[in-house]
Amino acid sequence: MSDWPQLRLLILIVTVTGYSLGALLPPILSAIGRSRLHSGPAFDTFARNFGFTSALVSSLAGCALSISILLAGEPLHVEIQNTLPLGGMAIHVDMLSGFFLGTISLVGGAVSVYSLGYATELLQRRNMGFFLFMYNVFLLSMVGVVIAGHAVLFLFVWEGMSLATYFLISVEHEDPASRRAAFLYVVMAHVGTALLVVMFVILYSFTGSFDFATFKGIGSRLPGVVPSVVFLCALIGFGVKAGIVPLHIWLPEAHPAAPSNVSALMSGVMIKMGIYGMARVFFDFLGPTIPSWWGLLVLILAVTSSVLGVLYALMEHDLKRLLAFHSIENIGIILMGVGAALLFVSLGHAALAGIALVAALYHVLNHATFKGLLFLGAGSVLHATHTRNIENLGGLIRTMPWTSFFFLIGAVAISGLPPLNGFISEWLTFQALLLGFHIPDLAVKIAVPLTVALLALTGALAAACFVKAFGITFLGLPRSQHAEGAHESSPTMIGAMGFLVIICLVLGVVPGPVLFVVNSLVGALLGTNAAGQVSLNGGLLFVPTSALSSVAPTLLAGLLIGLIAIPVAAGLFLGGRMQKRVAMTWACGLQRIEPQMQYTATGFSKPIRMIFSTIYRATHEIEISEESSPYFRPNISYELKTESVFLKYFYDPALTLLVASAHLLRRIQTGRIQSYLAYIFITLVLLLLFAR
Amino acid sequence: MTEIAPFIAVSLLQLVMIVILAPLVTGIVKKTKARFQRRRGASVLQPYYDLAKLFKKEVVIPPVSSWLFRFTPYLAFSSTLVIALLVPTVVAPVPLHWMGDIITVIYLFALVRFFVALVGLDTGSAFGGLGSSREMSIASIVEPAMMLAIFSAAGTAGSTNLSVIVQKLSTTPEAMLNPAHLLAFSGLFIVTLAETGRVPVDNPATHLELTMIHEAMILEYSGRYLAFIEWASQMKLAIFLALLSNIFFPVGIATVLTPWAVGIGVLAFLFKIGVLSLVVAAVESTNAKLRLFRVPELLMVAFILSLLALILYFIIGS
Repeated sequence: MSDWPQLRLLILIVTVTGYSLGALLPPILSAIGRSRLHSGPAFDTFARNFGFTSALVSSLAGCALSISILLAGEPLHVEIQNTLPLGGMAIHVDMLSGFFLGTISLVGGAVSVYSLGYATELLQRRNMGFFLFMYNVFLLSMVGVVIAGHAVLFLFVWEGMSLATYFLISVEHEDPASRRAAFLYVVMAHVGTALLVVMFVILYSFTGSFDFATFKGIGSRLPGVVPSVVFLCALIGFGVKAGIVPLHIWLPEAHPAAPSNVSALMSGVMIKMGIYGMARVFFDFLGPTIPSWWGLLVLILAVTSSVLGVLYALMEHDLKRLLAFHSIENIGIILMGVGAALLFVSLGHAALAGIALVAALYHVLNHATFKGLLFLGAGSVLHATHTRNIENLGGLIRTMPWTSFFFLIGAVAISGLPPLNGFISEWLTFQALLLGFHIPDLAVKIAVPLTVALLALTGALAAACFVKAFGITFLGLPRSQHAEGAHESSPTMIGAMGFLVIICLVLGVVPGPVLFVVNSLVGALLGTNAAGQVSLNGGLLFVPTSALSSVAPTLLAGLLIGLIAIPVAAGLFLGGRMQKRVAMTWACGLQRIEPQMQYTATGFSKPIRMIFSTIYRATHEIEISEESSPYFRPNISYELKTESVFLKYFYDPALTLLVASAHLLRRIQTGRIQSYLAYIFITLVLLLLFAR
Repeated sequence: MTEIAPFIAVSLLQLVMIVILAPLVTGIVKKTKARFQRRRGASVLQPYYDLAKLFKKEVVIPPVSSWLFRFTPYLAFSSTLVIALLVPTVVAPVPLHWMGDIITVIYLFALVRFFVALVGLDTGSAFGGLGSSREMSIASIVEPAMMLAIFSAAGTAGSTNLSVIVQKLSTTPEAMLNPAHLLAFSGLFIVTLAETGRVPVDNPATHLELTMIHEAMILEYSGRYLAFIEWASQMKLAIFLALLSNIFFPVGIATVLTPWAVGIGVLAFLFKIGVLSLVVAAVESTNAKLRLFRVPELLMVAFILSLLALILYFIIGS
């Protein structure tokens, strides 16, 4: 086994090289293609196949590396001497990194296969080489984020990730909305990065090094409020990327603007990089002696994100925007686990913190799979119908049977329903919170039941939203020409979605192996007391701390399917062979049922809009043209608007303030060279005085 | 699990108690409501006759519908059967108690609701969407209240396992009179009315488009499919009454597997379920159905009751 580390190093090199080749070769191929007029398209097609295939190979290598790290438990450490002026550089892949690396690779691989079919649409219109360059750089930089063991390297790849996604969001750059979304994203991302720089500089000033190894457990050595400042920098800096409310505003703009394969990666994986950063800083760097308000603050943000995320999702008719809001909701659910873990750690209950963090990390993986799946499904719908507005869809279950089945699985999973994977992580989150109720601390006693209630609310609203999203898009009669002319997607697209469906099923029905690994990873992060807090015996998943709360997902799934035999048998026994007759749906006495008679998505969410009207502040306008008779109105237009509280009360004032201060600053920008020379002189004198 | 025979016997007893008795519960509620209206009413056995007839009738399938329309009745029935295996009726612990806890039960009901609501949109009918929309909206405000009520019961027992909750409580009968316990019971009772589609939330006896919720979703079902859906919702009512009676008042429930204990358990269960059906019928008869947008207020009451229960539980302690 002595050559084991070498083998893992080799796999790491394969991963990095694969993405790099996938990034560098396609632009060259495309360029050659463009210089030869008649054989150009062939070069582009080859570039596409090469770029996505090498991304797939890298992802497979990434999976292998992740599995080897997670099973062996010992980290892979690579020191690179003298790369930058700042000295040595380190790559450090421990179990936490390995887990996120696995998540990236799993979704990255599936999306790369999907893209082989999906990118055909981009082929004629776009520079394929450029797209593939950015796509592979995006994947490579995400891998870089989780394996970086050095703050400078980390910030470098973190920026690379933000910039690559900026270009991927603005692929459709003719559309002003797309440009605006990309700009908003890059501004928000840089606000986050700025805070991360501040955080690392603070840590540097106390350790004299940018190496992550020196940051480990530094929280107890930092004086006074410094740990809290670092905590807040990390929370906001990573929170922007994760998309927590109120830093979420870029997310519903950027996800729909990007091509669907990119949105699947952004929503499935990229926003989890924020969670990775938080887990790294909160538990690895700052823990375990932390004040309890950190956990409470994270819980408040988590609850706000999840409830508002799902409430805004309910009002959306744009399939991809709807999914984007659900990402905010799910980040909220993940952060409930993280927040509860912080809270329990601060009160000295490492075992409970272990359960909460296992729940959070398992939800990271689950959300990556089912949200990746749902975005790919939305991409297929968009590909087939050329509309994202679900009010114009309907009846796709007949024209796109596979896509609709896969989307349904994703919808059941994201609603947290058994026997799929969303249920397992929500169940664990509930268990962690319920057990926390026994901690004799007033803040916990208030925070925990409210979090439980709001998690239940979130789950139920998510189910309502996906009944709407699936029902209006795929069921009933087609509401427009777009939907009527839909066709099933290409085999690679279906295959990629099918793969993610299988992962969702496995994670839901047989969660044992992955949970075992997550357990030991949490033990490595929080200390041995937190290890093994979620036990798996003979397919039975239970939480030992509570002695007896358990669920058996495999048996449950088996019975759900197996017991269908009883109604089938009962039907045959009580009524014999079934007589079937096809007859039209009742149309209230009219001749036949029309698509316009069906419920719309707006109508579907009306009760919820009424119940939560204080949050939505909806206004609607009805315009009726009164041309001929007052009884037969030829045109009725209905417009509904919901208001974003955050834009109105937080971002707009902030923007006004920024513009006002820019106006003030303009006074020193005279435009005369003499005054600039004077500024330089004054600055030099001041620097000489201070620096000496 | 060395003794396989009692394991199977008790599991079957569980299923029989819910599956066979469920139509009777509905029958009792209907009969009582009829008596409240000074009608004689149909026999308490009428739901059985209805089901038997539905099984023999042909199934009408709308051409717009998909495989979901044909699959959902079976899924609804089998999921409810799984729930019936988890909720203690006569014996605690039930043999498969480790398979799932109260959260699993709630989420399995949510699974059924999810698919039935999809079927509402599947047929292309205007009523189906109306029912689905209302059902999902009401369910989403029911859920937090239900979780909190359950939370206080689970908090007392230190576990979410239903059998453990029931066992803990039956060994400490004085806890049944804890005010926190009674508040949580009232919270869950309101939740039960909403979840099983009873007046004042939904009226199971009407097909008026202004008021119907559950019936609107399943309007296109007929024959055997309707029988499964109806039977599953009757089972849901029976299961909720079993939850109410056994989580809060597990009197007489058999904790050992002797013929005597089980016999008493059966009698106690029948008595409790009977009383609760009468109470449900009385509530249904003495209240008017609420306007749809007044329903959240009622559920807010349930939520506050459950929250009060938790706070009291925190103050009084256990």
